[in-house]
Amino acid sequence: MKKNYTAPYIERNSAGNLNKYAHTTVVRHQDSIDNVLIKDLIAEHGSPLFVFSEKQIRRAYRRLQDTIRIHYPLADITWSYKTNYLSAICNIFHQEGAPAEVVSGMEYELARHNGIPGDNIYFNGPSKRRSDLSRAISEGAFIHIDHLEELYMIEKLADELGITPRVAIRMNMDTGISPLWTRFGFNYENGEAYRTVQRLVSGGKMKLTGLHTHIGTFILDPNAYYWAAQKMLVFAQTIKDSFNIVVDYIDLGGGFASQNTLIDQYTPGELSSPSFEQYAEAIGTAFNASTFVKEHHPRLILETGRVLIDEAGYLIASVLGKKNLPTGERAVILDAGVNVNITAWWYKQRVVPTKPFPGSYQNTVFYGPLCMNIDVIRSAMPFPDLYYGDTVLISPVGAYNVTQWMQFIEYRPNVCLISETGKVDIIREKEDMSDMIAREFIPEHLRRV
Amino acid sequence: MPNLSHLNITVAVSGLKTGDNPQPGVPVIRSIRAAGFTGKIIGLVYDSMESGIYLEGIADEVYQMPYPSTGADSFLARLDYILSNSKIDVIIPTLDSEIPIYIRLEKELQKRGIHTFLPTEEQFNLRDKIKLSQFFPPKGIDIPKTHLLNSADQIVKLQNEVSFPVIIKGRLYEAYKANNVFEAQKYFYELQAKWGLPIIMQEIIDGDEFNVVIVGDGKGGCLGMVPQRKLVITDKGKGFGGVVVKNPGLQSYAYKVIEALSWRGPCELEIMKDEEGVFYLIEINPRFPAWVRLAEGSGQNQPAATVLLAMGEEQVQLPPFRPGTLFIRHAEDIISDISLLGEISVNGELIRTKVEK
Amino acid sequence: MNTDQLMTLAVNKNGFIFDPENGISYTVNDTGLFILRHLQKGVEQEELLNLLTEEYEVSKEHVRSDMEHYMAMLKALHLVED
Repeated sequence: MKKNYTAPYIERNSAGNLNKYAHTTVVRHQDSIDNVLIKDLIAEHGSPLFVFSEKQIRRAYRRLQDTIRIHYPLADITWSYKTNYLSAICNIFHQEGAPAEVVSGMEYELARHNGIPGDNIYFNGPSKRRSDLSRAISEGAFIHIDHLEELYMIEKLADELGITPRVAIRMNMDTGISPLWTRFGFNYENGEAYRTVQRLVSGGKMKLTGLHTHIGTFILDPNAYYWAAQKMLVFAQTIKDSFNIVVDYIDLGGGFASQNTLIDQYTPGELSSPSFEQYAEAIGTAFNASTFVKEHHPRLILETGRVLIDEAGYLIASVLGKKNLPTGERAVILDAGVNVNITAWWYKQRVVPTKPFPGSYQNTVFYGPLCMNIDVIRSAMPFPDLYYGDTVLISPVGAYNVTQWMQFIEYRPNVCLISETGKVDIIREKEDMSDMIAREFIPEHLRRV
Repeated sequence: MPNLSHLNITVAVSGLKTGDNPQPGVPVIRSIRAAGFTGKIIGLVYDSMESGIYLEGIADEVYQMPYPSTGADSFLARLDYILSNSKIDVIIPTLDSEIPIYIRLEKELQKRGIHTFLPTEEQFNLRDKIKLSQFFPPKGIDIPKTHLLNSADQIVKLQNEVSFPVIIKGRLYEAYKANNVFEAQKYFYELQAKWGLPIIMQEIIDGDEFNVVIVGDGKGGCLGMVPQRKLVITDKGKGFGGVVVKNPGLQSYAYKVIEALSWRGPCELEIMKDEEGVFYLIEINPRFPAWVRLAEGSGQNQPAATVLLAMGEEQVQLPPFRPGTLFIRHAEDIISDISLLGEISVNGELIRTKVEK
Repeated sequence: MNTDQLMTLAVNKNGFIFDPENGISYTVNDTGLFILRHLQKGVEQEELLNLLTEEYEVSKEHVRSDMEHYMAMLKALHLVED
C-alpha cells in the first residue's frame, strides 16, 4: 500500500519555534454540523456558506433562561436584534417566548414585520428619530431613554398623541470594569440619573416603568453584573423613596461573553469565559440581597445576544490557494474573509479541518479573498496541509456577522439553517448582480460607455 | 517528612526550563525524588530547548505540549496521546498560563485517572493581579495603590495622581519599573502585545521584600509555609539566592491571605514590608516558585506533600521549617548531543530509557 | 542545480537534519525527507516525481507544484543553488 501524502516541508529550527507534534494529532476535525455532512451542505448550497443550528439556538436560550430563573424566577431574556436579525433566527427566539430588543428605527420595523406587537418591544439606542418614537409610543413599546433630547421629544409626542408612554432610563455606572461605557445613558455616581428621573417625574407626561443599563461588551468578569444589579436596585429604592414610583423591571442589558477568544486574550475563550451559572449567580446574589426586590418583586430583563447565538453559527469556507510566507508559516487563502466574517477582527476564532488528515502540521495563517492586507481570518495556528477546494469550518461566528458583514467586492453568501429535524433551509439567499444594481440610477448622459 | 518511596505511580511535571529565567519544574522534580520517589516522572515541555530535558535523572520521559492558548481540545488530544503511551497519576503544573486549563479540565483529567491539587476557579480568579486591589483591602489586607489600564492614554491622565517610578505589569507575566510617562507607555505597548489587556500600574512600596511558598489545604489553612528573603537579585529581578526567615508578623499576614482565599494547592506570595512595618501583598503566584527546593532544604518538602495530597491522602503533615536555611542558585552547562534535540523536536517526545539503550 | 551543500548534512531517519559546518538544524516531514535523501543521491527532479508517486498516494501534477515549493524553500535556506 502506498503511503499517505503530505506536501514536503522543511523548517529551520531555532529556540522559540520548537513546539511541534510531528506525528500526533492536536487538531481535531469536524465533518458535520448537527449530523448534516459539511460536504453535502457545500455541494447543495455552494461555498462560502453560513450555517446555523436551530437545535443549538433553542438549547442555549432555554439553558440561559433556566439558569437565570434558578437564581431569580421573574427573569425574561429578550432577543437582541442587532446580534443577528435574520427573520428566521429572530423567530426561533420569539417562538421560545423572547420579546424583541431593538436599537434603531430599522430594527423596530423588522421586529414589527416579524409580527411582534409594539408592547413586546424594548426600544434602546441613542438614535431614535421623531418618527420612530412616534410609532413606538403609539404601539405601546417600552422606550429606554438615552439622553435628554429624547426625553423632551417623548414629552412633546405624548402631548400630541394623547398617550402616556412607558419609559425606562438608561444608566451608566462603575461596575469595577473598564472601559466604562459612559457615552450611553445617564451617570449614576454623579447624580445625573437621579436628576433625569426628577425631571421626568416633574414633566408628568410619561410612566417610568423600568431602569436599563448595558455595561459593556464581552464582559469576562461576572461580578460586574453583581455591581450593576446592586446599584440599580439601590437606585430603584431611591426612586421609590423620593418619588413614590415603583419600577416594574430592571434591565441589565447584555454583554455576556461567548466561548470566542478575544484577539489580545492569551487564555482561550472556552477556559476564560464565565459560564451561564457564574453570570446568573452574580446577578441573583444582588437581587436576592435587595430589600427593593423583597418588597416589590421587579422583573429582571436581559438582552444578551452573543451567548445565545455565537456558538450556533458556523462558516464553511473553501481553499482558493496557498503559499509559504517568509516567516516559515503557511498562508491559506479562503473564499470567505472579513467581508462576511467581520468578528475575525475581534476574535481568534476556531478554524478546523472538515476531514481527518494524516501526517504533519504546519503553522498556518488564514486569509480571506479581499485585496487588502487586513483580511486575516485567523493568525497562525498548527494545521494540516490543505489543497484547492478543501473546506475548513470556522466558528463561533453566529453573532454580529450576518448583521455587520460588508458589501465589498464579493457577493454575500447563502445562509442556511439546520432545523431540529435535520432539514436544511436557506434563510437568506446568496446575492447576485441584481442586488448590486437594483437601487442605482444612471443619469442620461452616463448611460453610454 | 512526606515519604514517597512506597508510591508506584507516575507523576507529570511541567516547566523544565532552568537558566536565567528558570521555571519551577526541575526543582519540583528534584524535591519529589528527594522524598524517596522511585516511580516514573514525565516532563511536559513547550519547547525542545527547555534545559531540564537534557538533565539525567530528572524526567524519564518528556513530551511536548501544545501551548495552552491553542485551546482545550488540542491540550486534551495531546494528553490522550501521552496516556496511550503511559499512565499519569498526578500532574503538577508549574506555569501561570497553564493553571486555568488544568483547573477547568479537572473533571476530564479525573476521568482519565489524573489527579491534581489545585485551587478552584474562583480562588484562582481572586488572585488575578487585576482583582487583588478589589478583593483584599476590605478584608484588612493592604495592596499597593493600583490602576488598571486599558489604553496608554490613561497613563497621561493619571500622571498627576501617581508618583513615578511605578511598576507596569502584564496580566500574566512580566513587570517593569517605569520612571516616567514615556517609559510607562512603552512598557504598556510591549506588555499589551504579549499578554493582552488590562495592564496593571502599581505604586512602588519601599522596604523589605519577602517571598513565601505555601501549600494551602483548600479550607483556609496552610499545610506548609516557608518564608524567605532574597539575598541575590539578578538584573532581571530574579532571586538567585535567599535565606529562610522567621517573622511572626509576616507569617500571620500570609496566613490571613490564604485564609481569605481558602487557597488549595501550591502558591507563592510576594509581600513587601514598608518602613512603618506595614505589609503589602504584591502578587500571588498560583504555583510553586522556582526556589521551592529551599522549602525542602529547610525541612518542608512541599512538592512531595502535594503529590500525596493529589493522591487523596488526608493526613499529610509537614514539620516546622528551619530559619537560616540558605539557597544560592548555581548554573551549569549540560553536555548532550544534537541527536537528543533532534529526537525531541521531531518526535515531540523523548523516552529516556530507550535513548540509553 | 548545485546540491553539494546537501552532501554535508547529517540526516536522521526521523527527519531531523543537522548541518555540522555551521551548527544549524532543520526539521523535515516524511515527504521532505524522502526528497532530500534522493537529492543527496543525485536523483534528478523529473525522476524524483516518479519515485514520489510510486511511494505515496498522490498524482504527478499534484506533487509537481508542491515540489516546486519545496525546492524554493531549499534555495531560500541555501541548501541548494541554481
